[in-house]
Amino acid sequence: MIRDLLLPDMLIEGVQMASVLLLAPLLTGLVRKVKARLQRRQGPPLMQPYRDLRRLLGKEVVLADNASWLFRVAPYMIFAVTWVAASLIPTFATGLLFSWSGDLIAITALLGSARFMQALAGMDIGTSFGGIGSSREVMIASLAEPAMLMIVLTVALVAGSTQLSTIAVFLASPEAGLRVSLALALIAFIIVALAENARIPVDNPATHLELTMVHEAMVLEYSGRHLAMIDLASFLKLLLYISLIGCLFFPFGIAQTGSGLQHHLVALALWLVKLTIGGVFLGVFEMSIAKMRVFRVPNFLGAAFMLGLLGVLLLFVSQGM
Amino acid sequence: MIEAAAYCVAALLALAALGVGVARYGPGRSTIYAASALVCVALMWIGIASLGADAARMKLPLGLPWIGVNFRLDALAAAFLALVGLGGASASVYAIGYGRHESEPGRVVPFVPAFLAGMTLVVLADDAFAFLFAWELMSLSSWALVMAHHREEGNAHAAYVYLIMAVFSGLTLLLAFGLLAGPQGSSPGGFTFAAFRASPLPPATVAIVFVLAMIGTGSKAGLVPLHVWLPLAHPAAPSHVSALMSGVMTKVAIYGFIRIVFDLLGTPSWWSAVVVLVVGGVTSVMGVLYALMEHDLKRLLAYHTVENIGIIFIGLGLAMAFWANGLAAGAALALTAALFHVFNHSVFKSLLFFGSGAVLTATGERDMEHLGGLIHRMPKTAFAFLVGCVAISALPPLNGFVSEWLTFQAIVLHPDLPQWGLKVAIPADGALLALSAALAAACFVKAFGVSFLGRPRTTQAAQAREVDAFSLASMFTLAAICLLAGVLPGAVIDALAPVTQALVGAHMPTQMDRAWLSIVPIAEARSSYDGLLIFFFIAVSAWATALAVHRFASHRLRRGPAWDCGFPDPSPATQYTAGSFAQPIRRVFGTVVFGSRETVTMPPPGDTAPARIEKHIHDPAWETFYAPVAAAVGGTADWMNVLQFLTIRRYLAFVFVALIMLLLVLALWQ
Repeated sequence: MIRDLLLPDMLIEGVQMASVLLLAPLLTGLVRKVKARLQRRQGPPLMQPYRDLRRLLGKEVVLADNASWLFRVAPYMIFAVTWVAASLIPTFATGLLFSWSGDLIAITALLGSARFMQALAGMDIGTSFGGIGSSREVMIASLAEPAMLMIVLTVALVAGSTQLSTIAVFLASPEAGLRVSLALALIAFIIVALAENARIPVDNPATHLELTMVHEAMVLEYSGRHLAMIDLASFLKLLLYISLIGCLFFPFGIAQTGSGLQHHLVALALWLVKLTIGGVFLGVFEMSIAKMRVFRVPNFLGAAFMLGLLGVLLLFVSQGM
Repeated sequence: MIEAAAYCVAALLALAALGVGVARYGPGRSTIYAASALVCVALMWIGIASLGADAARMKLPLGLPWIGVNFRLDALAAAFLALVGLGGASASVYAIGYGRHESEPGRVVPFVPAFLAGMTLVVLADDAFAFLFAWELMSLSSWALVMAHHREEGNAHAAYVYLIMAVFSGLTLLLAFGLLAGPQGSSPGGFTFAAFRASPLPPATVAIVFVLAMIGTGSKAGLVPLHVWLPLAHPAAPSHVSALMSGVMTKVAIYGFIRIVFDLLGTPSWWSAVVVLVVGGVTSVMGVLYALMEHDLKRLLAYHTVENIGIIFIGLGLAMAFWANGLAAGAALALTAALFHVFNHSVFKSLLFFGSGAVLTATGERDMEHLGGLIHRMPKTAFAFLVGCVAISALPPLNGFVSEWLTFQAIVLHPDLPQWGLKVAIPADGALLALSAALAAACFVKAFGVSFLGRPRTTQAAQAREVDAFSLASMFTLAAICLLAGVLPGAVIDALAPVTQALVGAHMPTQMDRAWLSIVPIAEARSSYDGLLIFFFIAVSAWATALAVHRFASHRLRRGPAWDCGFPDPSPATQYTAGSFAQPIRRVFGTVVFGSRETVTMPPPGDTAPARIEKHIHDPAWETFYAPVAAAVGGTADWMNVLQFLTIRRYLAFVFVALIMLLLVLALWQ
């Protein structure tokens, strides 16, 4: 587990931490662009999320009179927790220096911590919008999180490990093959990823109709640098989920420990391709489906939970499934 | 060591007796609590020191003349002794401050040391008589504490239900021990645990003893559907006693289960593991769903105890499943997970009950709908309570996550078990555990968000004052333990190694000598977790980000009225309440589980009558299991009521008929 503190490992970890942070706004910009083009609009430029962040960071914070310390600490905590979770995922290389410090269950739980802080911050000012956002967020999470854990258990049973590096190596090997349980897990994972990232059909990231919002209602009171941190955290989360789909279900080309620089560069390029494909798919999917009523969402997520459970059950019945 | 533990018990009993006299005087009360805190620290130290030591025995010439009273301090007893000590010490320190506001000190102070003594004796007991005596001492003294404020509405009812369930639990355990003793029970020493271990029982008897033990200890621990007394009784007691009952007494019940099923009965059969898994899984989800429907802070916490007991039983069931199949390493992992969760729950549940007690002291309210905004008035309590909320929601980097992580590791460890019952029960429990963890987080967002955040809903909440230093010291100590056990889980796992070694013959690999203090349950390639590094990463990146943003971007700040999409409402009544917060979840889960319905009465346009929303919730456990029994008892009593108003001739006739019947039976018998 503790390899010698090799420079390459440090470098890979550093590249990973920096690249997830730098690419995350671009990915969101891409999704927005794809959606705009499909609506026959020009759409904002790809770099717009960076500009938004810079603008927000430069502005002063307008804080509600009765905001507590929790409200001011939460944006940094949410961002930090999401960033730590994102830097534990082998996006292009498995030789991450600290990937052993948290496995897939820990990553799921870290995202849970971020959501916990976010939902609390939504309730801090004591407005009805914050409350409605937090209340619906925890309702969605109460099904999305168990569904995610079921997917984790499925993958862990297939690979015999919950450690992401081991899982990625195993799934990239021909031994993994095509499995029913992984197919079920993939469908479930896509549903969970849509819900976790507040995308259509669960939530609408671009809505201005207050009663249909979940995530946006929770962060309604935020402004300035606080809002920038929360936005950046949600960009990161989108990147994290698409990378996770890549790492778990399409792990081909991932650079393994000990492979050369060339291989790492190829893997990096492949990761970018995977992210682009994921972003385009997300944009197309969002345009081709309508948002659900809030009480239809539990059925949608319940399906993901059941698919995940089915995958686990299949693997308990037969390890080859 | 065991002699020292016995002296501690004697000291606690002496404190109880002394408490009767001095409870009326403030300094006397503080002295009693301070002394019992010291004794509990000693107990904790004894427990920790004897974890790795050989089992020590002791026999006192008390109790029944032909067996005496046997005590034994082995690894399992030592672990739970440490737990009782920790819980008792923190509750006693808390009570030094909290007890000043006690309106009925005479009804509380003497019983707390007696309660602590009872729990310690259960853990130490090494024969059936001593165990049952201590068990009943624990039940009775806690019953007295539940009755302390008997004039408050509902408390007498709570105590009555508790008493009935306690009697029921004692009865089933009595029968279980009777069967364990078997025919040789009448011989000298036939009721000692050593004799139980030595004599093998036929499988049918083992099955009955297992079921009886499960009912007897499960009703004390709060397994669904035997949990009904728990959310009534735990909140009714003073808060430090609630913490003891939820945090420690339920764990003593789990000790009883482990002692009888793992130690006295030996290797379990696979079907008993299925029973434990099913009951544990159902308990965990039902407990948290009940909690979500609740708006009384202390009752919410009590229902969460039910949930956590379910999680512990899932771990125990997994250990039994692996043990039944001869997989000792897996059994050690699952048992460690269960015991770790026992420790964790004891710490954070005590912390949360102390927090709710602080809120009660400051505002006089337990109902969350009357609270709000306390983070401004009671910042220290709010912080400690928040730590407890994060820990119980199983979020990293605190301790609750580690034990659930270990349980998940045990769930995915052996998908190749041969029995079909286990092949279905284990994945199903994985799903239920995942569901209950997510719902618990939702519930604690509600509990903390509604009570401590937002705007105050009543004047009491708006004028709350921070509580005293003793209460805060106790809460912050427990919060620090939550963090320490979360970032250094290896220390706890290593401490539990002798316990699993003694029970299932294996223990998890030593953790504390690993680099970076990470934990590795089975193998490095399989899974590892490093709470310390995760905590360090989060802390550093949050701190560095905040610093960078303030340094290079903007640090200007302006206070203004809340935005609220342009329609801020000055009335705090427009905030989300506990009921409205849980409404979506009530609608998703409650319609199935609780048959919950909402009816909205909307007056026609022009009518000034208020619109009304009414919610109806049914308690399935009460209506299915208890209401019929209560109705049958009531009906029989009504029917027999006639017998109270008969003439003397008829009574004499009854006596005569009864005599004839007895003689007839006797004649037929012979």
